[in-house]
Order: sequence, then C-alpha cells, then structure tokens
Amino acid sequence: MTTTPTEKTANTPEQSGKKDAPLLEVRDLHVEFHTRDGIAKAVNGVNYSVNAGETLAVLGESGSGKSVTAQAVMGILDMPPGAIPKGEILFRGQDMLKMSPEERRKIRGAKIAMIFQDALSALNPVLSVGYQLGEMFRVHQGMSKKDAKAKAIELMDRVRIPAAKERVDDYPHQFSGGMRQRIMIAMALALEPDLIIADEPTTALDVTVQAQVMDLLAELQREFNMGLILITHDLGVVADVADKIAVMYAGRIVETAPVHELYKRPAHPYTRGLLDSIPRLDQKGQELYAIKGLPPNLLRIPTGCAFNPRCPKAQDICRSETPALHQVTEQDGAAMAGRGSACHFWKETIHG
Amino acid sequence: MAETGMKDEALSDVVASDASTTAEVEAVLDAPVERGEPILQVRNLVKHFPLTQGVLFKKQVGAVKAVDGVSFDLYQGETLGIVGESGCGKSTVAKLLMTLETATSGEVFYKGQDITKLSGRALKAVRRNIQMVFQDPYTSLNPRMTVGDIIGEPFDIHPEVAPKGDRRRRVQELLDVVGLNPEYINRYPHQFSGGQRQRIGIARGLALNPEIIICDEPVSALDVSVQAQVINLMEKLQDEFNLSYVFIAHDLSIVRHISDRVGVMYLGKLAEIGTDAEIYDHPTHPYTQALLSAVPVPDPEAREGRERIILTGDVPSPANPPSGCRFRTRCWKAQDKCAEEVPVLAVPEVFAGRSTLAAHESACHFAEEKDVVHAA
Amino acid sequence: MPELNDTATARATATVSPAGTGDVTPEKPKKETSNSLWSNAWRDLRRRPVFIVSAVIILLLLAISAFPGWFTDADPKPGDLTHFLQKPNFSHIGDADWFGYDAQGRSIYARVIYGARASIIVGVVTTAIVTVLGMLIGMIAGYFGGWVDAVLSRLTDIFSGVPILLGSLVILQAFTGRTAWTVSAAIGVLGWTQITRVMRGAVITVKQADYVQAARALGAGSGRILMKHVLPNSLAPVIVVATISLGMYISLEATLSYLGIGIQNGISWGGDISDGSEQIRNALHVLLFPAGFLSVTVLAFIMLGDAVRDALDPKLR
Repeated sequence: MTTTPTEKTANTPEQSGKKDAPLLEVRDLHVEFHTRDGIAKAVNGVNYSVNAGETLAVLGESGSGKSVTAQAVMGILDMPPGAIPKGEILFRGQDMLKMSPEERRKIRGAKIAMIFQDALSALNPVLSVGYQLGEMFRVHQGMSKKDAKAKAIELMDRVRIPAAKERVDDYPHQFSGGMRQRIMIAMALALEPDLIIADEPTTALDVTVQAQVMDLLAELQREFNMGLILITHDLGVVADVADKIAVMYAGRIVETAPVHELYKRPAHPYTRGLLDSIPRLDQKGQELYAIKGLPPNLLRIPTGCAFNPRCPKAQDICRSETPALHQVTEQDGAAMAGRGSACHFWKETIHG
Repeated sequence: MAETGMKDEALSDVVASDASTTAEVEAVLDAPVERGEPILQVRNLVKHFPLTQGVLFKKQVGAVKAVDGVSFDLYQGETLGIVGESGCGKSTVAKLLMTLETATSGEVFYKGQDITKLSGRALKAVRRNIQMVFQDPYTSLNPRMTVGDIIGEPFDIHPEVAPKGDRRRRVQELLDVVGLNPEYINRYPHQFSGGQRQRIGIARGLALNPEIIICDEPVSALDVSVQAQVINLMEKLQDEFNLSYVFIAHDLSIVRHISDRVGVMYLGKLAEIGTDAEIYDHPTHPYTQALLSAVPVPDPEAREGRERIILTGDVPSPANPPSGCRFRTRCWKAQDKCAEEVPVLAVPEVFAGRSTLAAHESACHFAEEKDVVHAA
Repeated sequence: MPELNDTATARATATVSPAGTGDVTPEKPKKETSNSLWSNAWRDLRRRPVFIVSAVIILLLLAISAFPGWFTDADPKPGDLTHFLQKPNFSHIGDADWFGYDAQGRSIYARVIYGARASIIVGVVTTAIVTVLGMLIGMIAGYFGGWVDAVLSRLTDIFSGVPILLGSLVILQAFTGRTAWTVSAAIGVLGWTQITRVMRGAVITVKQADYVQAARALGAGSGRILMKHVLPNSLAPVIVVATISLGMYISLEATLSYLGIGIQNGISWGGDISDGSEQIRNALHVLLFPAGFLSVTVLAFIMLGDAVRDALDPKLR
C-alpha cells in the first residue's frame, strides 16, 4: 500500500500482483511553494501506490496537500512558485520526475488522465464539445477530423449522454452540470488511460447527479481495469467507491487503511475526529463532536505531529517528535493488512 | 358640499391609517412571540424572474419560475430546514424572506404583518429582527473594512440599538460570543480562515438582537472539521438568544442534525414538509426518497444494506417546468394524472386520520411510505 | 431576549463552548490603533519606497509649477540669438545655460521650469474632471441599472465615438486666448467615457457581492451602500486608469500645442517638444529636456497610482 519498509510486507495481493511494480507509486514526495511570506510546505513526504483496477481515495481538507500531490503526479504543477525538492513518482516503475518534458507529455493524457472539479472552467467555452473530445485523437493519434468526430460521438455514448449524435456540436454551456462532468470523464477516457486522477469530481454536483456520475466512473473503471485516484474531502463519497484510503493532513499521510477498516476502527485521532464530526442521516444526534482549532498554516507547520495543537490525546512527545507511519496491528500483535497510522498513540486510538 | 365632505373624510381615513402603519408596525414588531407560536408565516410565495430581450426597450419573452407557490410556517424557537438541489429555489426563498428580492406575489407575515408590502422605516424595523448568514464567508464580508467596522455596521445603520460610545465594547462582546478573540477588532477579513470568517458573519447577524436568522448554506463552504464547530456555535446561540432559524442547505445530514422540521424543495415548490423524523424516517414523496437514498453515507457497512434510487436525467429548467407534478419527468411512479394535475401539498388521503409519522404534508398523487435511510 | 451586552454571561459561555477556538491563529495581533481604510492606507503608503520617490517628484513638480521663480532667475520668454542652439553646460547647475538654449536663443532650463505649470495643470485638472464625471456616471449607471443604465451607457457610447484629439481640436478652435484651463475642460468633456466604463463594470460586479446584500439586509440605504461598500471596492481599477490617463492628457496637451491649437501665449512642455522636434538632428538637447521632464512626470503619477491602489487593498498589504 505504501512504501515504508514495514508496509511493503503488509501489501495485499492485487489482481495485477503478477507485475513487480504497481501502476503508480509515489515515494517520499515533497512539494513546496515559494511565496512572498516564506516557503509553504504543501507536501511533506507522501508515499502511496495504486494498482490497476484499484481505487485509492485520498481524503483531506483544504490545504492538506491532496490536490498538490495529484498535480505533481500529473506534472501540471506551476513551477515556480512550486518546487519538488525531493521524491519519486514511479509510473510502471519509471520515475517521471527524471523524464524529459517530451516523455512526460506522452504519458499525460494517454496513460494518466485527470478529471477536475469544475467542468465548466476545465472545458473551453468557445469550442464545441465534439471538437474538444476529438482533439485528443487528432493530437495524440493523428486521426482525421471526420474519424475524430465519430470517436467523440462514441465516447459521449459511452458516458451515456443522451442523443450524442445531435449534441456533439453543442458548446459546454449548453449542457447541465452533470452532463458536463460526463464530458470531462469522456475526455479523460478518450485514450483509454491506465490511471485516472479525479480531483473532487462530484463536489460541484447535486446529490442525485453525484450518484449517477460516481456510478458511471466506477463502472468504466471496472470495464477498462484502470487505476483510480479519487481526491476528495467527502467521507461519504469515499465510503461508496474506494478500496483503500489515505488520509492526509498538513502535507502528510496520517492514516492508511482499507475502506471498511477505516470507518469501523480509525487509528488516528484526526480520522476519528472527522468521522465523529459529521452528523448522521439515519438518526438525530446530540451535539456534534468538533475538532477544535484550525488547519495549520503551511508556512508554519507545528513541530512534531502537525495535528498536535488540535489533538485531544496530545502529549509532550507529539510536540517534539514527528511520528512515522506505523504499521497498525491487532491487540495480539498480528499485522493488519494495509493499515498504517502516523500517531505516537495509535494503539490507544484503535484499541481504546 | 356633502360629497366633498365625504371625500375629505375618506382621505383623512387613508392618511390616518397610513400614519398609524409605521407606528403600528413598530409596536407589533416589539411584541414578543410565545415559544411554539408561528413567528413567520409564508403564504403562496412566488418569484418569477422575467427573461427579457432587447437592450433599450426590453420585451419579456418568458420567466424563470424560481419560486412558484411556497407556503410554510416558522415557529418561534425552532429550526426549519429547507433542502433541495441547486436551482430548486431555496436561495431565492431566503432572499424573499429577507426582502432582498421583491416577491412576484404571495405574502410573508412576520408577527401578522405582511413584510413583502413594507418599505422605508417599517421595513428597516423588520430588518432589525430578521437577519441573515450567508453561504460564502469569502464574499460576504467587505474586504476593505475591518472586522470591527463589519460587525459595527448594524449599529451605524440602527443607531438606536447601541449608543456611539458603547459600540466598540459591543463589537468586542460579539466577537467573544462567537468564539473569536476580541482583540482582532482591527483586522481585515482576509487575515482569517473560512470558519473564522463565518463566525464574523454570524456576529454581524447577531448584532441587532434579531429573532429570526435566515441561514443560506452557512457551512457548505467550510472544511469538514470546521463545519461541526460552526454548527455547534449556531445551536448554542439559538438556545442563548432564543432564535428561530430558517436553515437552507443541500447537505441532508447537517439539515437533519440541526432542524426540528424540514421542507424539501423541487423546482420552486415544496415537495414535502414535516418533522425531521417524518421526513427522514418516513418519507412519502418519491423525490425525498430518491434524495435521501442518494446521499453518500460515511459508513461502508450501512451502504450495502441500503436501497439506492438513482434518478435519471437532470432537473428540468425552471423557465419551462413540466406540467402537473414537476417531478414527474424523473419519477418512476409517474402516470397520466401526474402530467395533468398539480398535486397539492397536504397530508395524503391514504394517511389522513392515521396516527403514523407518514401522515405529514406531501405533494404527491401516489404518496407511499418508504424508508431509504436505514439499512434493511 | 437576553441582551448581548451582559459581558459576564457572554464571557462565561464563550469559555464553556468548544467554539472558543478562533485564537489558534499563529499570527500575533499587530499594534492596532486607528482603523479606517484611508488611515490604514496612509500608514502603509509611508513605508513604500515607490510611493516616497513618486511623491517627492510630484511635490517638487507642484512646487515648480506654483513658484517657478524659486528655481530659476532666467526669463523664459525673450530670445537672444547669440545663444542659438547652444549646448548645455552641466557644470552651471541652476543657471540659464544649464540645459542650453533653443533655436530662438531662449534658456531651455527656464522654459522647462516655467512650462511645468501648464502641463501639470492640464494633467491634474483634466484627470480630476474626467475622474469625477466618469465615476459619478459609471456609479449611477452600474448601481441603479435598468433604463438609467441604458440611457447613460448609450450616452457613453456616443461620447466615446468621438476621437479625443479631433474633438478637442474642434472645440478649442472656437476659443481664443486658450489657457491650460480651457484645454483641460475641452479634453475633460470628451475623455470621461473610459473611466465611466471601468467604473460601471466594477460597480456591477461589486453590487452583486454578498457583503452588499448583507448591508441591504441590515437596512442600509443606497447612500451608505455606495459610499461604504461599492465605492471603496470599485476604486482600484479607476485609480489605475486615471493615473495612466493623467500622463496621456499631458501628452495630449503637448500634441495640441504641437498642432498649434494648445495653450496660447504660454509656455508648455508640449509646445517646446514640438519646437525641439524640428531640431532633432542637429540639437537633440532642445527636445530631450522637455521630453525628459514630461516622461518623469508621467512616470511619477503612474507609480503613485500603483502605490495608492495597492495600499487601498488590505490583501496586498
């Protein structure tokens, strides 16, 4: 699941386990932004990996570094002000950070595609959707205009846009929010990539449409056996589609777990706090638990564990020593597959 | 002679009643409302935004029926939640209740006074008692004013509430009440995080000691860990200052948590309204059922036992809503009757007179109880 | 309903609640005293080198225009052909021959000093006319909308269709004894449209902002909303346009003088630039000094505008 030595052994066998390297592996990634007020450390040593057919959810609040990590993987980080001082991003075992811009460009779009939150601003308003979809084929595969358009219609059909043939020449603003997000998905799918990174793909959509889009995404993922990195702040969306979850806080992964485990028995006080702070739909609760304080300023991340000023369990060690991602074990010491927690007191958190 | 006399009398009558209106209104507005009595009564509220063509000479070519006949009561001390998807008109309802938009027709009675017809001093007096908390804490505070000026602005507009020398102290108290350091009075909004800014917005809303606060998506722009803080603060303030809330949101879990009663809106109309248990545990309108079943629940176990109703298609345009029942184009139960007859919001006949939680107002011809929230 | 001013209760509740958490911000509160937008902007401006430099230049120019006699003893008018195109003598600082002489044997230094007044008056007065007119019309059109906007916008369109140079040429033709004030008025009457458009756009954006809605919800009247919320938040683009056009108006006056339709019987940089351009091949200095003063003046105003705009935006402080 992650690449800390203790974790490697705990890896669950995946369907693509025959291959040595996972589809995508991020190792000790650091990203910082040089601003007028100082250096903002957005990502501070992130490790994660995704296999084909697997869905990794990266969960975090604004400023947790979840989107920045994805942008670094995609190679769409603005540099400067951004910089990657350290780390590796391995796609099928090859470090993309060491590739030439030309090699990276070939991977981007064709092998790794991205879906953005705001489909309206991600699509060009003055070009028809058919043209934009077809562009992928014309640029990457040198297809003729006519063939590209036929391909575009096929894609729109695949993401179940009704009357694709009639609507292929329509412009983005003529589609509803849900339909536009489908077009984004169609665009990402165009070249049948191995990995899709979806950054808050349904946040801007209504609940009823959200469910449609997430279902579509999951279905297409199965069909093409793609890896999916789902970046979100919504614990509900994650519960629905993810296989495994990485929880980020202040640029670090603070907990990793298979989806069921995380909700049942969180091993980090931050995750626990998040779960306790969302009201339930099926019953009326008492006062909500609220994590006190505010997310840290990335220019001045607290020493030790970044969560310590907000943590109910914080001790002196939390203020002085940064916790590593510990392998989480059962009470009897048996390793729990794929689980890690970056908390000095993970035992107390999970076993009470 | 006699005629002119009568005219004069009639005229003086009018003048007298006019003169008394403002004073009357102010007297009425200061009277307290008992807990559990309706403080706000909304009757058949309609807001159509005209669609026009032409630059200098505008011609109306249609209308966006943002709100199309909405009626409900807000009781003193309660929280009424209003949920719905984008474009259902819930934010327009908020603006109408605040008289920030003029209603096309319909009435909003505040303590028996129709506030949609008020203007000038009388309206200003009403505004002291009905305040609003906005969705986006980044745009609802003037970036060029200090926090002290922002929270103090209500006192500038209504100088009778706090004497000039007292204002700074009052502002600092308000900051304290919403959990901010009173020393931050000279800072600017951009120096605060989203959650802190929302607290500033709440403090501004509280400044005039209002009775009703309209909250339009007050936490949807905030991080999960901060949402709970703000929700808890709002609940605390409600108890402390005896406030009535209209809580407008799209997040069904949060609405259930904070509301006593909930109304579900679809395309400018209320589909269903009732207590939180009635709506969430015993929904009878298919739209409510679909909405509830679509909510992603942060519990993978519960998810597997739940029935999910996935609606097809999108919400139709409010400029051209379907005939009859507005939900019929996406409803799996729709029949000919639904296209012909507009269902009224009332307790459905099947449940009438029965003592079940399903017996609440629902605007569906084929209302039927269905629990979609609890795992089977 | 309990009163908020019961400090004891308020404090007690705040400490009990989990909400008392705003204090986590790591920043230390600054020393906070007066707090109006303008006083804060002023305190900020005093610390900006760009502002200090441009303000010093502008103050100097104002002093020159007000009291040219303080800066030179030489008379700018009479020519002495024995000095025909005499080169500058840089060691004679402040003397008549410091910058050399023009084709009519007049002291260029004296002319630059005496010419400042006309240029500064035209620049400042025209900008003032244009800004006041433009902001007023733009604000009314943008804020009230509807037919008011329709009428004012069409009016703006009509005026902006008139080329300023040509228009002012035609207007000024009708006047004899043209002074800096006549020229300013002529340019100002035609030049307000750009600021009107900028202002109208800014006002339309700002009036939809939630904080304007919030003020309305509090019962604020149009006057208050315009002065406290709309105006301060739509000022930034206007300041930029105004300072840039200030330079433009000074050059426009120069052009008019060059065409012989500018200030009559007076001395202005524009007129001298026009004269100097005839000697551009054999005596560059005749052109260089008035043109240099013009450029520095325009630059100073643009820098000032930049600094003021930044200072008025708390986010950039």
